[in-house]
Amino acid sequence: MSVYQKNEVEEVETSRTLSLIVDNQPGTLARVIGLFSGRGYNIESLTVTEIDKMRNLSRISLVTRGTSMTIEQIKSQLLRIVPVHIVRDLTLEGQFIKSELALVKLVVKGANRVEALRVAETFRARTLDVTLSSFIFELTGKPSKLDAFIDLMRSLGDTEISRTGVSAISRGNKTETKLLDQI
Amino acid sequence: MAINYNSGAEAVIKALVENGVEVIFGYPGGAVLPLYDALFENKNIKHILVRHEQAAVHAAEGYARSTGKVGCVLVTSGPGATNAITGLTDALMDSIPIICLSGQVPTHLIGTDAFQEADTTGISRPCTKHNYLVKDANKLCEIIHKSFVIASSGRPGPVLIDLPKDIQLANVKYVNKVSKIEKHNNVNISNIDKDLIHKVATLLLQAERPIIYGGGGVVNSGPYASKLLTELVNILDCPVTLTLMGLGCVPNTNKNFLGMLGMHGTYEANLAMHNCDVMLNVGARFDDRVTGRLNAFAPNSKKIHIDVDKSSINKVVSVDYGIVGDCKEVLSALIHEVKKLHNQKSIKSKTKWWSQINQWKEKDSLGFKQIGNNIKPQQAIKSLYEKTKNFDTYITTEVGQHQMWAAQYFGFSKPNRWMTSGGLGTMGYGLPSSVGVQIAHPKSLVIDISGEASFLMNMQELSTIVQYKLPVKIFILNNEWMGMVRQWQELNHGSRYSESYTASLPDFVKLAESFGIEGLRVDNINNLETTIDQMIKIKGPVIADIRVEKEENCFPMIPSGAAHNEMILSSDDNHNDTSNEGLALV
Ligand SMILES: Cc1ncc(C[n+]2csc(CCOP(=O)(O)OP(=O)(O)O)c2C)c(N)n1
Ligand SMILES: [Mg+2]
Repeated sequence: MSVYQKNEVEEVETSRTLSLIVDNQPGTLARVIGLFSGRGYNIESLTVTEIDKMRNLSRISLVTRGTSMTIEQIKSQLLRIVPVHIVRDLTLEGQFIKSELALVKLVVKGANRVEALRVAETFRARTLDVTLSSFIFELTGKPSKLDAFIDLMRSLGDTEISRTGVSAISRGNKTETKLLDQI
Repeated sequence: MAINYNSGAEAVIKALVENGVEVIFGYPGGAVLPLYDALFENKNIKHILVRHEQAAVHAAEGYARSTGKVGCVLVTSGPGATNAITGLTDALMDSIPIICLSGQVPTHLIGTDAFQEADTTGISRPCTKHNYLVKDANKLCEIIHKSFVIASSGRPGPVLIDLPKDIQLANVKYVNKVSKIEKHNNVNISNIDKDLIHKVATLLLQAERPIIYGGGGVVNSGPYASKLLTELVNILDCPVTLTLMGLGCVPNTNKNFLGMLGMHGTYEANLAMHNCDVMLNVGARFDDRVTGRLNAFAPNSKKIHIDVDKSSINKVVSVDYGIVGDCKEVLSALIHEVKKLHNQKSIKSKTKWWSQINQWKEKDSLGFKQIGNNIKPQQAIKSLYEKTKNFDTYITTEVGQHQMWAAQYFGFSKPNRWMTSGGLGTMGYGLPSSVGVQIAHPKSLVIDISGEASFLMNMQELSTIVQYKLPVKIFILNNEWMGMVRQWQELNHGSRYSESYTASLPDFVKLAESFGIEGLRVDNINNLETTIDQMIKIKGPVIADIRVEKEENCFPMIPSGAAHNEMILSSDDNHNDTSNEGLALV
């Protein structure tokens, strides 16, 4: 953005999920993150892991927020980064699946233990660890579902939370195979 | 076939040669000794020893901008690399293709805070187009070849390659450049949307008040792009204005050229921008120095933007038509279409538009009064232009009022003749840049138009100039002030001249003499021209200390936070106090 203030009625900001294919190489993630911090864009969630060992490619799933002009800017700025090969705007493309994993440690005694297990069951959370005074639950799904679960857990006792951030993929039978072959 | 093994350092030099490098600007140190060893008595690459690594990058920028080639830099690890950062940022902002090789501590010591270790790729990441830390000697050649493609393709920029000392010493099998074209950032030419070109051509032909605004992207696209831009202007018979970076793309003598636009642009250029109905931006980026207050920028116009960098389109100004592509490719498609349509229908008459523009011209916004014997800085540049326009001249500048006066009063008839730090505004750019220009054009007249304060920032390069016998002319508009700072303090801060006086200046003539070169001084308007003549006549380098009117301000000016139609033309102009919002702007 320029230092000059814009007076046009600012459009509403919306949340967007971007999916990037990048070289799995030192510095790539730093460049992506540096772009967001350097230009004052938001990152709401970011996950990254290698998805193609042969070609040494990683996927970055990224949730950001902004007006459509800002999002367009973010996308073209991302494409300027040399090791960034593909930038997909899943929100714009249509239907997509957004999923996240949370590990929730709950310290709890007495009657609340039963309540915790009941909530966990309702959410289909898996119990990974049990002591007489605590549980560790694993839950996957939409971020909003995870939020709801974590809120309930917090009201039952002391918690410790670890979340992976959003991983996303488009619905339907289309894949990126052809795009990847061009890299 | 015999397998060709080299040391990493030898392979690096070989790869540079293969990529067409003839000159490298550098400064040695412990971490690059193997590279310097490989350069020793090398016949293919000439090494220019600068006196500061920042200057190495600026020199390479001057070389690149005046030739269209990639500029090449070699610095040592730690302080060598950190000193180069300003130059790299400058090159990034102005889209100049640079390869910077930096030494690094050996790979096994990286991360240990070893002597002269710095996280060079970390520090330079935001100020390079791309950078590499070479950790595997087998990838060395490929990385260098790739770096040249990245630096020079799409929107050009600096690429840094960090070379640990053990990699420079390793055994490396030399790998030749492959001719495969790198896809990244390369806009596919055949992809230019024909429909879009048709719409834009129609719009331009139907416009009643069109204007073309060209920028540095035209220069970067090569001299042919400038020819095409001029051709388009002539066909449409429409006004054209250029940014600071674009000067020379359309000859200053072209009757349709309105001069530079923006903060210190001409009245007619800015008002034509403000009142146009169709604006065609070719290779410029709607920089804040150009647009003034955004919500009042060319309010009633349809805007078309041609840029090789997609992210430049709709970044600060939303446009009606964005065309991503190399300027010369898009311009040639556009001209083709305009000509085709032109045969079918006639261009809208622009008589009214031109008579309006001519009225604005009558304001004579660059007019000034040369009274008394003091030299007006504007006159100094005007005379310099008159005296040198028939020479093969290249101009570099520092940053400040003198830079703006040079842009306003010096005329450029060709691209690649004007080297100035536009995006970053780096004082100290001009002198080292002139080193690079003169190295590239040994027979040409290279002049650094300088301010006394800026000159002090990189004046160690006098030593480089003397060593390589570079006949650079340093034309200092000496007003004893950081004039541009003083001007803003006068206009925005109640004339409280806080720390903007350049005290304790050296005697520039004696300074020249101490380097064994000639120094000239003039403080009387009657001697200005003979001094310039003398300066040109002297075969070697010259420092010309031009003592100018000390408190002259640079006008016209769009005050910060104001719009194109709110220009002030002189100090007497009723200048409303700058708004708080405006005060916050740089
Ligand atoms: C490295 C750097 N530091 C500070 C500035 C801010 N600045 C812009 S112009 C200027 C004054 C330049 O003075 P001088 O070189 O004498 O030029 P004049 O304006 O007097 O022509 C300053 C300090 C800058 N542009 N670059
Ligand atoms: Mg000065």
